Amino acid sequence: MTLKREEIADKLAAAGYVADRDIATALWLMDFLKRPLLLEGEAGVGKTEVGKALAAVHGAELIRLQCYEGLDQNAALYEWNYQRQLLAIKARENIGENADAIEEHIFSEKYLLERPLLAAVRRDKPPVLLIDEVDRADEEFEAFLLELLSDFQVSVPELGTIKATAIPRVVLTSNATRELSDALRRRCLYHYIDFPDVDREAKIIFTRVPGIDATLALQIARMVAAVRKEDLRKVPGVAETLDWAATLFGLEMHDLRQEPEAIYETMICLLKTQEDRARVTREVSARLLGKVA
Amino acid sequence: MTGSLQEVPRGDPERRLLKGERSESLGEPARRRLAGFGRTLRDNGFHIGLAETRDAATVLTSPAAIQPASLKPALRALFCATHSDWERFDEIFDAFWLGRNMRQRQILSGMPSAPHAPARRLAEAHVPQQLLELPDHTEQRTDSAETPVDGRGHREGASRTELLTATDLRHIVDPDEIAATHALASRLARIMRVRLVRREQIRKRGRRLDLRRTIHRNISHGGTLVDLAWRRRKIKPLRLVVLLDASGSMSLYTAFFVRFLHGVVDAFREAEAFVFHTRLAHVSPSLRDRDVTRAVEKLSLMAQGIGGGTRIGDSLATFNRWHARRVINSRTAVMIVSDGYDTGAPSQLSVEMRRLRRRCKKIIWLNPLIGWRDYAPQARGMQAALPYIDLFAPAHNLASLAALEPYLARI
Repeated sequence: MTLKREEIADKLAAAGYVADRDIATALWLMDFLKRPLLLEGEAGVGKTEVGKALAAVHGAELIRLQCYEGLDQNAALYEWNYQRQLLAIKARENIGENADAIEEHIFSEKYLLERPLLAAVRRDKPPVLLIDEVDRADEEFEAFLLELLSDFQVSVPELGTIKATAIPRVVLTSNATRELSDALRRRCLYHYIDFPDVDREAKIIFTRVPGIDATLALQIARMVAAVRKEDLRKVPGVAETLDWAATLFGLEMHDLRQEPEAIYETMICLLKTQEDRARVTREVSARLLGKVA
Repeated sequence: MTGSLQEVPRGDPERRLLKGERSESLGEPARRRLAGFGRTLRDNGFHIGLAETRDAATVLTSPAAIQPASLKPALRALFCATHSDWERFDEIFDAFWLGRNMRQRQILSGMPSAPHAPARRLAEAHVPQQLLELPDHTEQRTDSAETPVDGRGHREGASRTELLTATDLRHIVDPDEIAATHALASRLARIMRVRLVRREQIRKRGRRLDLRRTIHRNISHGGTLVDLAWRRRKIKPLRLVVLLDASGSMSLYTAFFVRFLHGVVDAFREAEAFVFHTRLAHVSPSLRDRDVTRAVEKLSLMAQGIGGGTRIGDSLATFNRWHARRVINSRTAVMIVSDGYDTGAPSQLSVEMRRLRRRCKKIIWLNPLIGWRDYAPQARGMQAALPYIDLFAPAHNLASLAALEPYLARI
């Protein structure tokens, strides 16, 4: 079942994910050791994309859990179907069943609503479980995740422990807005994703914006790399680059030098705070353009 | 966590463990090399358990992994746990396996190596020298009325404690009294935390229905919802970020606040501490040291030997640029402890204060000088910062710090 490293690299490319050199190894290792993979990196470097691409590589279902402050077990693991439970209680009481029997009945799997984590351990074919931005969840939730990540099982108090039928491939991503616990880190393999270098970014643009000129893609990648070196509050990510490339492509531009004014104006795709916008003035934009194009 | 990992006996058990696993094809020399590599990484501050080493052996013996090109990324994914590990791994890997500069560079400069000092010595150690040597302030010697020198013997009595809390910290020069003051400071920090928690619990009241529990409770009523269960909003603990000015003008107070800082970081579950003078340093990791004496010693060393004035604006800029995103959330109070004497431009301070204001819930500025008679915030830096401060409070004695607690509880 385990794919070879080269196969993973090929399939990633086929899935439209332009991988950095070593990610294929990390993904292979994940399968080989049956361990989760923790991805860290700046916002917008394409961490979430790795999860999606991995699902494509294995032809597996992608189950995604977006973490947020206050995420609790009800939203992440399971919930009971209250309406059905209430109906069942009424119906069964009318036919004279006693309370214990009713309780046993309404807390059975039939009334259980799956949430992402439970879904991930109950699939027959191993899915890819993407736990996105785990640093946004509370410490309590992180601790709760540990059971899942080390033993691939979850506890539902009313039902008992549910063991994974097939071990899911787990990818966690973090933007490092909060330090993750050592315990969580120890259970995971680690990969740090950096902003792509110019060549790789050009390749990404080329793959994702169909029909774009290769030279224009390269120019855009160079320009974005230069913008990232400026002192910005929010450094543009790959998604921003793609937006910008699509915009310029839509404007039927073939060369960045062609219309400096349009470049400056469309740069709102890259710069998303007022402060950054003010920092990259027409002059700065022209200077960067002069350097890269 | 760190401690237990560091205590893994080196070398032997690892090799034994590797032998027991399915690594028959991994020869003895390779096993020994791998164990050695694990040791080298640990010496460089990596946290590596036996499980990682075992997994590494498995990887090495797997037929799919023998190409050298994939060996490094595989071991890197396995052994690294943080971004800083990630950045250093290649160098260590090359040094070890490719034999580049091996001996000299095994422990890269600036790495936090495991503390080698035997614990007993630290336990016996008394208040560090730096703390005892508060700068001379001879005209305020102990003969002033409120700080009697004959306190020996009943140092812990209640009346004595009371006296100490009211005394301006500058005036406390007797080593015993200093020690007592520091103990008070850390206790105060702890008490603040305890009270905050208690208040949260009393405040709790249901806001939303907890359906899961309600249904469970009402099965015996035939599903008629008689007995409702409520859900309480969980109140997140306040996060406290302290920026301590350790410049020359503050030196009379620094040692004391360092102690307070330790108490705060230790007691608040979420607290971060920074020290600044001409530069800003993140000091929470050193403060997390359970051994108070050692932590304070480390920090006093950092805060010491500073000349050339304070650059509050610069330091805040560094904080806003590099640290704020990580350490500040919506329930964060930033506490700046400084006298406001800034050698940088007031305009910069004002800009950075505005930035900081936007990010956090409250800014508290503690200024020891407020406790002085006739003090008015006239320093230019102080003037520039004032518009952005939520609470401008004195911090010249323990009582003034204790007065902060109700304020923090309300945030």
